[in-house]
Formats: sequence, C-alpha cells, structure tokens
Amino acid sequence: MQGNQAISEGAIYAGARFFAGYPITPSSEIAEECSKVMLKIGGVYMQMEDEIASIAAVIGASLAGAKAFTATSGPGFSLMQENLGLAAMGEVPCVVIDVQRRGPSTGLSTKPAQGDVMQLRWGRHGDQSVIALCPATVSECFLMTVTAFNFAEKFRVPVIIAPDEIVGHMRENFSLPKPGEVPVIDRKKPSGPPEEYLPFAADKDGVAPLASYGSDYVFHVSSSMHGPDGCSNNDPANAAWRIAQLHRKIEMHRDEIVITKTFSAEDAEILLITFGATTRAGRAAALELRKKGIKAGVLQLITLWPFADKEVASLGGRARKVVVPEMNYGGQIAGEVQRVLGSGADIRRINSYNGEIITPQEILKAILQ
Amino acid sequence: MSHATGTKYIKDGVLPHMWCSGCGIGVMLGALLRAFEELDYKNTDTVVVTGIGCTGKADDYLKTNALHTTHGRALPYATGIKAFNPKLHVVVIMGDGDSVTIGGNHFIHAARRNIDLTAIVINNFNYGMTGGQVSGTTPGGSFTSTTSWGNPERDFDICALAEVAGANYVARETPYHGWELKELIKEALNKKGFSLIEVFSPCPTHFGKNNEMKQTREMLNWLKERGISADRFKRLSVDEKRSHFAIGKLVDRNEPDFNARYEEIRMRAAKG
Repeated sequence: MQGNQAISEGAIYAGARFFAGYPITPSSEIAEECSKVMLKIGGVYMQMEDEIASIAAVIGASLAGAKAFTATSGPGFSLMQENLGLAAMGEVPCVVIDVQRRGPSTGLSTKPAQGDVMQLRWGRHGDQSVIALCPATVSECFLMTVTAFNFAEKFRVPVIIAPDEIVGHMRENFSLPKPGEVPVIDRKKPSGPPEEYLPFAADKDGVAPLASYGSDYVFHVSSSMHGPDGCSNNDPANAAWRIAQLHRKIEMHRDEIVITKTFSAEDAEILLITFGATTRAGRAAALELRKKGIKAGVLQLITLWPFADKEVASLGGRARKVVVPEMNYGGQIAGEVQRVLGSGADIRRINSYNGEIITPQEILKAILQ
Repeated sequence: MSHATGTKYIKDGVLPHMWCSGCGIGVMLGALLRAFEELDYKNTDTVVVTGIGCTGKADDYLKTNALHTTHGRALPYATGIKAFNPKLHVVVIMGDGDSVTIGGNHFIHAARRNIDLTAIVINNFNYGMTGGQVSGTTPGGSFTSTTSWGNPERDFDICALAEVAGANYVARETPYHGWELKELIKEALNKKGFSLIEVFSPCPTHFGKNNEMKQTREMLNWLKERGISADRFKRLSVDEKRSHFAIGKLVDRNEPDFNARYEEIRMRAAKG
C-alpha cells in the first residue's frame, strides 16, 4: 500500500466521514481514494474551488458533527492558514494532511522536502497552538492518521500530518488493523441541560465538550475573541484566559501528545535526530556505524509540534555529538534541537534542498569526515 | 393572529444593536427573524453563518446556532455544514466585500453547486467597518475613502452574477421595503437550492457622506427612487437602466440542489 492511501485508510478507520479538498501534487491520491470510499460509507466527499474553501468546509462539517479532514501540499497549505486559525480559535477538531514538496512557491512540485516544519507550527497569525505529526513509514501513515483524529477530537484542536513526498508515495506492506484493534476516540459531547451549555468552558482536562449543530444544544463558534458562551467578548481578562487556553490544553497533555521512537539510542554517543523519510536513512547510517564499533542511535520525532524537548534533552544530553539530517536549507528541526541542548552542544546539521533524498552514505560521510 | 416580531430569536440584553443610525442591516435582520418566526424555525435546527465587516456582527444578537467566520469565506463554511447535515436550515449573512469582492470565487461556486442555503448580502457599496473604502460593488465614479477622485473601476451586479452561476432563486430589495424584503426572504428560505437575497443598503456614515447623501433620508430616497420592479426595469432604455435597478424576485427555478444530486450519485455508487 502507498503512504497516501494508508492515510485515507487511517482516516476512514478513525471515523472520518467528510473530506473536502483541492487537487495538488503530491497529495492527490488521498482525495481520489476518499472520493471513491466516502460515497460508499455514507460520508461526503467534496472537491472545493480552492484550499481556502476546502478547510472552511471541513471546519463547517466538523461543527455539524463530522470527523472531517483535507489533504494538500505546500502552496495549498499556505492558503489554508487563515481558516486553520479559526479552527484553533474556535477549538474545532479537524485534520489536515500536508504532503511536503520542494518549495518555495511552485518549486519542484513532485519532489520531496521538509521545508514546512516551521509553517506547521507558526503558519497562522496570532498566538495559537496546534499538533503536528510526521510519519516515516506506510504503517505509521495509517496509525498516525488515526492518532491525529484522536488528538483532534480529544483536544478540540487542528492536527496536521506532514509526511514528505517520499513517505506519501512510498509503497510498503503492512497489515491493516481490524476494527477495534487501534483505539478510536470521539469528541466529548455535552450532557447537562441544553440551556446551560457553554461550548468554551473547559473541563478539568482542559477541554470543553463540543455539541453538533442540529442537536439539542444550540451554540455559537466565533473567529472573534469570545467568552465561554462563544459570543464576542472583548474583556482583557477573558482574552488572556482564552489565548492561554489554546496553549494550556496542549501543554497539559504534552506527554500523551509527544510521540517519539528510538533505535539503539540509549547508549548512543552519536545521536541522529530524524523525522519522516530521513528516519530511514538515519537508521541505515546508525546500523553502519554500529558495525564499525561506533555507538550510534536514532531518535525519531513523530510528533514535531509540540516539540520533544524532554526526549531531545535526555538522549541528546548524553550523546557526544548530535546529528540532524533534514530536507530543508536552514535546519528547522536542528534549530529546535540547538535551543533545547544549548549553544555549546555539538550539533551537526545535514541539509538537502535540491529535491533529492538524503542517503545513508551522505549521513555517514558527514559524520566520519 | 398577531404579526411576527422575530424578537424571540434575539438574545436578552443585547439591544440596542451596534449598527449606525440609517444602516440597512438592522432592517434586514428584522425581516430575517420575522421570516424565521413565520416559518417556525427552531434555534436548534437553524445555523446562521456570518463573515467579516458590519454584517459579520449579526450573529452576536441571535439565539440560533451561529458560526462567525473569516472574511469572504462564510459560504464554504456553510457549504460544509449543509453538505454534512442537509436537515439544517443554513443562512449566510454577508456584505458586498465578503460575498463578491474577497469571496467572489466562493460565491459563484456556491451558486454553481446550488447548495441548499440562503445567502443574504447587504450591499452598501463600500467597506463600512474599515472606514468606507472602495469595494467590488462601488459604482464607477463614486467617491470612497480610497477613491477620493472617483472610482475608476466598474461594479459587480451581484444578482446577475448569481443568476449566471446557477442560483435557483435571486431577489433584490432595499430597507425601504421591509415587508417585501421579509416576504422575499421567506420565499428564499423555502426554496431548495442556492438562493440569494441582495439588499441595497444605505451607509450614511461613509458611502452617503462621501457621495452627497449625508442624511439617511437622502440615501433611502436614492434607493427608493431607483428601485423599480423587474418588469418595469426591462422596458427601460439602456441609458435609463444606468440610473435604476430591478427589485423584487429576479430568478426562480427548480434545478436539483447539491444534496439531491449527491444522493443520486450515492445510489449509483451503492449499486456499482
């Protein structure tokens, strides 16, 4: 199965019943798959007039009770940012797939890149927080899509999955989990008297229940600063609470949200920190180094945002040298690693930005020279 | 039977509203809520979607479900709501900036899809909220805060745009004709498919002030004198048409709406 197809399968498994999108390479297979499946399972597929409309329709459908998602790549992801800000502000669960390609602008539209790392986190104006996941295998494409929907539903937040083009188009074997095998979480619904429902009054777990339009619970959602009832509220104390809320609910559940994997990293003197396709090259390089008697290991970041500060600090702090290969110019993850480990840490950046994959040989060469 | 007031849809303690004296948005909202009442709409099955600008404040007064969105994008949000839950009454309130300037693409595609919702556009010929700048419906030659020597561009005919894009129902009114406006809105709400109500509306604070109609009365008269029935409008010469516009029902047809077509395709998929 192809990575993009596994993402569609994962979304359906998680209960997604609404897809709205706009064709763009290298993500179009996700839309094509959904266009076939949604009709058969009682869901809705819509091809919208652009990516702005796509994410808007996704948010609208989510508020009508759907698990809803869209898929795109760099140029389309840029167009979605303003409305994604509404999803953050209005705490609307939704999932966006950004299959990363080489930019900027139209760039190399069929070639892989990891240049959107900062845009995933900071693409929207204003203060807000989202979750971003990055799979490295076809199996992870499936599982992380289910996880993305679970996070979106549980924390009422937009979740972005950002495979690079390699992972999106790669084919691998894996066994599709049976129904019930992987946990699927649905959003918390209100249960009290409808007239007392406050769609933005967070429970102890940091998240307020979310009703659906058409239920007994009538509610407002707003892009403007709003109070617990969802209606405009310009009071500074309310604004402060609301902005903090968007961050707090993520911070509260940080340990659950931050997913990493390690490969012989416990005693690693050379620690490779990888994500997406670079994980594969990183693991191959680490195995080679071990053969040569060099204690090398890999810390794979699946959750890119919130950043894996603790995990990087723990394993990176023990390593003599930290190596961060990534398919972007400046080392967007390397910068975060540096922030965590401090300016004195020995961090080797390996960057590729020509639309080509980073090979294990390139990583070895950079480490051994 | 007493006349509908629509007040049961207004939240407690939110009046008076924030719109300027003489603005048409209040008249439109009054007509809409009376129409809701006469059609017995419930707060639970009604969603009002708004964009940004003066009209974007409308949801704050309402007891119905509401979604206050981003500038120009109210229609695709509403499309997602309606496509997923066809049982809901979905009403979109926009200005001329929202609907046909920043959001023009969404407007024509919503009409093309014939998605079953009612779009109400307050066209006040300029951007009121931000200080009276030129918009896509500012008449050529008119003065705004960004066309001090006259607007070099032409304006959109919103109703004509909706008609050619495929809307099932199109009507235009002015706040001078509040009762007729309510009746047209009712017809639009009852109509399957995309229906558009355009309300030519005074903006005495900006457009009127900049175009020698400082008094609300002058702007209302300007609208009243120029607005004539579609039949009368058709008989005018090209020159006369420039200083008039058609009001009342302009388009009324029964093409299948998006959800009906989608169900048809769904049946086909189920068989295949």
